[in-house]
Amino acid sequence: MMASSYNAKEEDGHHHPGSVGSGGPGGVKSKKPDNTAFKQQRLPAWQPILTAGTVLPAFFMIGLIFIPIGIGLFVTSNNIKEFEIDYTGVDMSSPCFNCSQNYSWNSTSSCSCSVPFTLDQAFESNVFMYYGLSNFYQNHRRYVKSRDDSQLNGDKSSLLNPSKECEPYRTSDKKQIAPCGAIANSLFNDTLELFYIHPNGSRFAINLVKTGIAWWTDKHVKFRNPAGGDGNLSIVFQDTSKPVNWRKPVYELDPNDPDNNGFINEDLIVWMRTAALPTFRKLYRIIQKKKDNMTPTLPPGDYILEVTYSILTINVTPDYPVRSFDGRKRVILSTISWMGGKNPFLGIAYITVGSVCFFLGVVLLFIHHKYGNRNNNADIPN
Amino acid sequence: MHIYKPEQEPAVRSLGPENLLLKGATLKNTKKIYGVSVYTGMETKMALNYQGKSQKRSAVEKSINAFLCVYLCILISKAVVCTTLKYVWQSKEGQDEPWYNQKTQKEKDTFMYLKMFTDFLSFMVLFNFIIPVSMYVTVEMQKFFGSFFIKWDNDFFDPEIKEGALVNTSDLNEELGQVEYVFTDKTGTLTQNNMEFIECCIDGFQYRQRDVRSELDGFTVTDGPVHKLQPKAGVEKEELFLRALCLCHTVQVKEAGSEETLGDRLDGMLPKPEEERGFIASSPDEVALVKGAMKYGFTFLGLENKKMKIRNRQNDIEEYSLLHVLNFDPVRRRMSVIVQTRSGETLLFCKGADSSIFPRVRPEEVDRIRLHVERNATEGYRTLCVAYKQLTAEEYMVAETGLQDARLALQDREEKLMAMYNQLETGMSLIGATAVEDRLQEEAAETMEALQGAGMKIWVLTGDKMETAKSTCYACRLFQRGTELLELTVRTLEDGRSKREERLLELLRDYHKRAVQDAPPVRTGVVTRSWCGSQEYGFIIDGATLTLVMNPPRDADASLYRSLFLQICQNCTTVLCCRMAPLQKAQIVKMVKNSKGSPITLSIGDGANDVSMILEAHVGIGIKGKEGRQAVRNSDYAIPKLKHLKKLLLAHGHLYYVRIAHLVQYFFYKNLCFILPQFLYQFFCGYSQQPLYDAAYLTMYNICFTSLPILAYSLLEQHICIEILLDNATLYREIAKNAMLRWRPFLYWTLLGIFQGLMFFFGVRFLFSNPALQDNGQVFGNWSYGTIVFTVLVFTVTLKLALDTRHWTWLNHSAIWGSLAFYVFFSFFWGGIIWPFLKQQRLYFVFANMLSSVSAWLVIIILILLSLLPEILLMVLRKPRGPLSRQTAAVTPLSYKHLKERC
Repeated sequence: MMASSYNAKEEDGHHHPGSVGSGGPGGVKSKKPDNTAFKQQRLPAWQPILTAGTVLPAFFMIGLIFIPIGIGLFVTSNNIKEFEIDYTGVDMSSPCFNCSQNYSWNSTSSCSCSVPFTLDQAFESNVFMYYGLSNFYQNHRRYVKSRDDSQLNGDKSSLLNPSKECEPYRTSDKKQIAPCGAIANSLFNDTLELFYIHPNGSRFAINLVKTGIAWWTDKHVKFRNPAGGDGNLSIVFQDTSKPVNWRKPVYELDPNDPDNNGFINEDLIVWMRTAALPTFRKLYRIIQKKKDNMTPTLPPGDYILEVTYSILTINVTPDYPVRSFDGRKRVILSTISWMGGKNPFLGIAYITVGSVCFFLGVVLLFIHHKYGNRNNNADIPN
Repeated sequence: MHIYKPEQEPAVRSLGPENLLLKGATLKNTKKIYGVSVYTGMETKMALNYQGKSQKRSAVEKSINAFLCVYLCILISKAVVCTTLKYVWQSKEGQDEPWYNQKTQKEKDTFMYLKMFTDFLSFMVLFNFIIPVSMYVTVEMQKFFGSFFIKWDNDFFDPEIKEGALVNTSDLNEELGQVEYVFTDKTGTLTQNNMEFIECCIDGFQYRQRDVRSELDGFTVTDGPVHKLQPKAGVEKEELFLRALCLCHTVQVKEAGSEETLGDRLDGMLPKPEEERGFIASSPDEVALVKGAMKYGFTFLGLENKKMKIRNRQNDIEEYSLLHVLNFDPVRRRMSVIVQTRSGETLLFCKGADSSIFPRVRPEEVDRIRLHVERNATEGYRTLCVAYKQLTAEEYMVAETGLQDARLALQDREEKLMAMYNQLETGMSLIGATAVEDRLQEEAAETMEALQGAGMKIWVLTGDKMETAKSTCYACRLFQRGTELLELTVRTLEDGRSKREERLLELLRDYHKRAVQDAPPVRTGVVTRSWCGSQEYGFIIDGATLTLVMNPPRDADASLYRSLFLQICQNCTTVLCCRMAPLQKAQIVKMVKNSKGSPITLSIGDGANDVSMILEAHVGIGIKGKEGRQAVRNSDYAIPKLKHLKKLLLAHGHLYYVRIAHLVQYFFYKNLCFILPQFLYQFFCGYSQQPLYDAAYLTMYNICFTSLPILAYSLLEQHICIEILLDNATLYREIAKNAMLRWRPFLYWTLLGIFQGLMFFFGVRFLFSNPALQDNGQVFGNWSYGTIVFTVLVFTVTLKLALDTRHWTWLNHSAIWGSLAFYVFFSFFWGGIIWPFLKQQRLYFVFANMLSSVSAWLVIIILILLSLLPEILLMVLRKPRGPLSRQTAAVTPLSYKHLKERC
């Protein structure tokens, strides 16, 4: 890729014929500097020079490599099926409109709504169900730091004395909140269920897997329930209070599965990994592909998304409220490839850069030819 | 002198400068003396000469400060923009304090303006990394370690004095690459200060001692035995002349052997080991003359009891009693002795500069000798004329009493003595003239030529006579045959009828017209002038005229004179200032230093009289010469020989400059593209001062991840190898005028930083439009975002340096690849453990998870490539007009291809 010459200069840097023997024993101690390659700045060095001639092939190479990668990425991304439903309920016509309104709210009954949708294409393989929020600043500094990782790691002392960073979500009713902090307090708690409407009208609940949605290391190392209580989390957490917005304490997040309860509840873990941008999606459930491999995971057809709102206690609206800050709530169904979710950006970027490099290669070739000739001419008069 | 002996009558004697024992003097011929200390403490010469050694700062540092101001402005404006936008954003309902992110009570209670202020400060803290604080540490380290290379350089080692170069300051390394004006002393710097008697002229006849001079490796081999003189002048005149040479001096004979070691250490004295008889004198000229006389058969044996002994040609000992020594002083420019022969004749011998002797001798004798004197002067020899006068007893008595009175006078002693001397030294008859050569330093001409080729203007500042200095300049090829000399000396001022001031102005105007206005317009570029055959000018001025220029009788003219003078000088390749006092040397340096464009000046000298000039210039260089260590001690760099200046400037200076300039630009650049994504992130996190990178990355970026490669670069880089730098002096011009730290390159680097910062941030931003980046569908959070940006950043910035590195030693390799490896290792390590002392485990397995995502890999690769693409492209496109351009090729027969092969 580079024109290079390896240059090892001989280390003998004597320029003074008279200096021979100045270091002889018994003579006057000479201050003559050491004649080492380093000290004489004569270390052997590789001296690459980038020239048109060397960069040209590199450009062509990059072009040749990047364009196929880009095409591959683009095709892969395009093959990913993605379906997005906004269920915020802004419109009057929206089925979830009622639940998102203040006045229709009756505090005793829960609110749920069904959003029908149709899939045109079959979703093969595992389907991943995300919820997406927009205009929700999970990356706000005050929010990001409002957590106590050692509490979440099962540290007993932190459990009963959470970090000051959790303020103002540190204590309630003179008890320490577990898990403390703004992040945990605002845990996304809409319950999403998916039903398939068979052409014959019957309705099948689709099995949504709750586990495997959080990073393995988070689930197994970073987040841990406090020890003690013989596995009974209600004893462990007895001196703590639930986060103010929650309806139920942390040890009731998933009472059916002890490995998904308390701090190691994966919904909590996913939520605790703060998003990078105000519009984000988080993995909610996984729909595993059917064992027979014959029918697609989600065949094309009609579906119903059933949203059940659990009530946030301090809040005036029943659902997970986003309208106060112009937010949106979405559900995304997506298949996944080796490169992750659907994102045409990488493919386009690779194709563009590859083509630009290729184009530059052509231009450079042209310039190089022209310049090369001129250079030769210029040398002749000398 | 014996002032008082008990058995004698008390006599009044005078104490004058000749009785002063200066620092470093050694006792001779006596075991002890009694002395009185005069001039103590602050009155000593040393204290008086001590100029408050103001700290010298290099031009690079000034550029750094300017850049720093720009970045400070960027920092403040960033903070202001963010603070403003934050409050604009918050004014919208529901944004400031959404239900999920309540403030604490304390925050709510805080006064609004105080909150704004603290927000502003928080942004300042968040963005403060844009100010490269660590650069100062690196620059200091670079300078400190870099200066060792000068000390270590074997080429600077001089086998004669068994010493190499000395570095007294490490702050000015890069300034060596920026020199525009070189002020050099003549004696001892351009010349060896090793006088040799060349010829004499007796009564108009020339006596040249040697016809063939073998010159080998800078050492003259003399053909030992006494040369037969061709009898041209009468024997009597010859002998008189030689006697005069033997008597008219203050040389002392050094006893062979015993005091040799002592003599070696004496400052300013010349041990002469090659003869069985050594001479010691305050001026090397005198030794040369005495030795010259010795070669013609008259040997000075020494002074004992006020009797000077001479062995003449017949091997007889002649004895003369020394009556008076009329000392040499620079105003009279001559010295005399009054001696009495055995036969009772009283003789006055006088020797001195032609201009001071000729008016005092009979005019008819002058013409014959003047011819020789002038010819010798143009050949670069130092000439002296010798005259004598016979004093009658009465005359002597008058002189004796006059001198005695004058010496004892308490007031105006100097003036009285002077008057007495002048009175005595009249009506003499001229016997001859001598020529002494001060040989050029080794490779003086080559060095000067190289420096001129490098675009430096050379000013020779000397106390010597104009003719001598001029011939030295010719010998050093400072003046070439085609050089048009513009003289502004007392002589040119006086040949007009008009008054001196008017004449001065007239001449200045005339020269200005010739040298400045009529000269082809000089391109004010980096690469300039003089190779294309335009007329070169040399300018000569002497001390007296310079005083007139600097302090004209009417103050109003001062600025006019000065500006005319400066403009003329700036258009001359060489300026020769002769008959300079040490202070005037410094004055000139100061004037040039403060002139328009404040050029970088370099002074080089070897003696104590150059100290003021060395201190005044931007860079002071001392030569470890024969005139003691004063200059060396006060210099910034000391080298054993003049010829070493070439490598010091052309190779070391050039490299240091390129290295440090690149270092500075690189530091600003790398901090800009480090912090720009963090700034951009504020637009996406509600202006909440959320850092993009983890705290560990923030602190380690400048300290660990990106510091070593640039340090290695700034110590080892040789973008052009040393041999080529030495061969092509013109390469030096390409970095002249701080070329790499001007606003244009700075703008380039800044734009590069901005471009890359934008690339890093938005590239990852688009990737994160779908944060599900892993093949198991799991999503990445904000710390992953930061880590991807940071990884791209570290790699890009390091690879950018790798692209700039032209000289890859194993140290560069290990620094660059080692840093990258360390980054990866550190990231694994930092994210691999739950750190007990950390409140938040933000990066726990973030890096490892990032690497498990193919998309992250792909985005990192493409962003690195895309960020470096413009740089690569520019590098390729710039080559035709690059540093080794055709212009260079036109000067030297080497074309770029050859350079490449040789390098």
